[in-house]
Amino acid sequence: MCLAVPYRIISKEGNKAIADVFGMKKEIDIRIIEDVEIDEYVLVHAGFAIQRVNQQDAKETLELLTELCEAESKP
Amino acid sequence: MTDKFRNNPELKPLLNKIKHDVAALDGKALPLKFMEVCGTHTVSILKFGFRHYFKDSIKFLSGPGCPVCVTSACDIDKMIYLAQQGHHIVTFGDLIKVPGTHSSLEKEIAKGATVDVVYSPLDALNIARNTKKEVNFIAVGFETTIPVIAGLVLDTYAQQIKNLSILCLIKTMPNVLRFLLSQLKGEIDGMIMPGHVSVIIGSEPYEFIPREYGIPCTVAGFEPVDLGLGIQALVSQIALGSPAVDNRYKRMVKSEGNRAAQELISAVFQECDVAWRGFGSIPKSGLCLNEEFINFDAEKRFHIKVNDEVVQSACICGDIIAGRKSPIDCTLFRKKCTPENPIGPCMVSFEGACAAFYKYGE
Ligand code: SF4
Repeated sequence: MCLAVPYRIISKEGNKAIADVFGMKKEIDIRIIEDVEIDEYVLVHAGFAIQRVNQQDAKETLELLTELCEAESKP
Repeated sequence: MTDKFRNNPELKPLLNKIKHDVAALDGKALPLKFMEVCGTHTVSILKFGFRHYFKDSIKFLSGPGCPVCVTSACDIDKMIYLAQQGHHIVTFGDLIKVPGTHSSLEKEIAKGATVDVVYSPLDALNIARNTKKEVNFIAVGFETTIPVIAGLVLDTYAQQIKNLSILCLIKTMPNVLRFLLSQLKGEIDGMIMPGHVSVIIGSEPYEFIPREYGIPCTVAGFEPVDLGLGIQALVSQIALGSPAVDNRYKRMVKSEGNRAAQELISAVFQECDVAWRGFGSIPKSGLCLNEEFINFDAEKRFHIKVNDEVVQSACICGDIIAGRKSPIDCTLFRKKCTPENPIGPCMVSFEGACAAFYKYGE
């Protein structure tokens, strides 16, 4: 029940935004995400945006994965 | 981006490395025992085959992280009481089938009760605007869901909706973990923290776990790569003998969490002792409405009366969410108890350990 999914912001007005998830458009509440911008990703739980998604940290996580596996394959 | 966390060619080498590192641990009894606190992790671990893959190296124990599973029969009876008074009940779908002591919301619907299942608590606002009945939102959930419920209370207040209240059954994580760890001393080698609860509270509230109990924990996401990296973090901390909190879900979780969400929560709620299924009352492990919003508390407003009768059952949900037993230890599992005819909440909720074991084998 605590699952949340990243949505992309398409448009916003006040506390509400229209966002895209898997090609579907949904209205979400963005009151706790300060100055969210169009095309930004937010994590949504029960129709409520609970966090910005940090793309830079996502990249770093994947780099860590590659690093760990490379270290492993070295003799 | 999500796809790279799901179907990544480096995943297999990572999992092999973990297995190899576990085998190389010095003086550790195998399999290691890791508790995944969150029900969504239980599902991921079974669905992606981790449980089977690590069969001899890591044993995964379910924890108290499925909000439906930890709701006591007495609290289910409160929902049923409100439905029987002719109130309009608004709830998350999972709760409908959970048995109380003598009935369930599903049985009450068959007898004519009005129950709406919603995706978002905020949907209750519209429902209340369009009826003259008393509307009760059944507020279950952990920190992930609490900001949304706080939003509902604030909107109900701001929009002066008079016929909407909440049955407040919300619970919080840190103190139930403290309670569990003090019972399971020495029986757990590491903990996988709930990723989306941590989005709100951050990773700091878990610092007491390595400090006081000497075991590592990791904040992990739900895709296979996230989980693999989380498990790897635990194993490498064990190898180094330096337990700490390792956040492997940084793209979502900051160490301090989401301050705006925390402020929203503390504007509406205050800490209180609450009862958990299988554990009883745990100090400061839940939230209730603060003075300012106490009028929205269904329990106070409608003087709910339920018996504290305990019905004997062979269901071992309480032991499962405490990490003491596994669904396969239950004599009713797959026989009398199935998702179509659940006896306990761990079989009702999609992320309950019994439902996950039923769906993904074992
Ligand atoms: S299988 Fe059913 S009866 Fe047994 S513990 Fe799980 S929910 Fe309870």
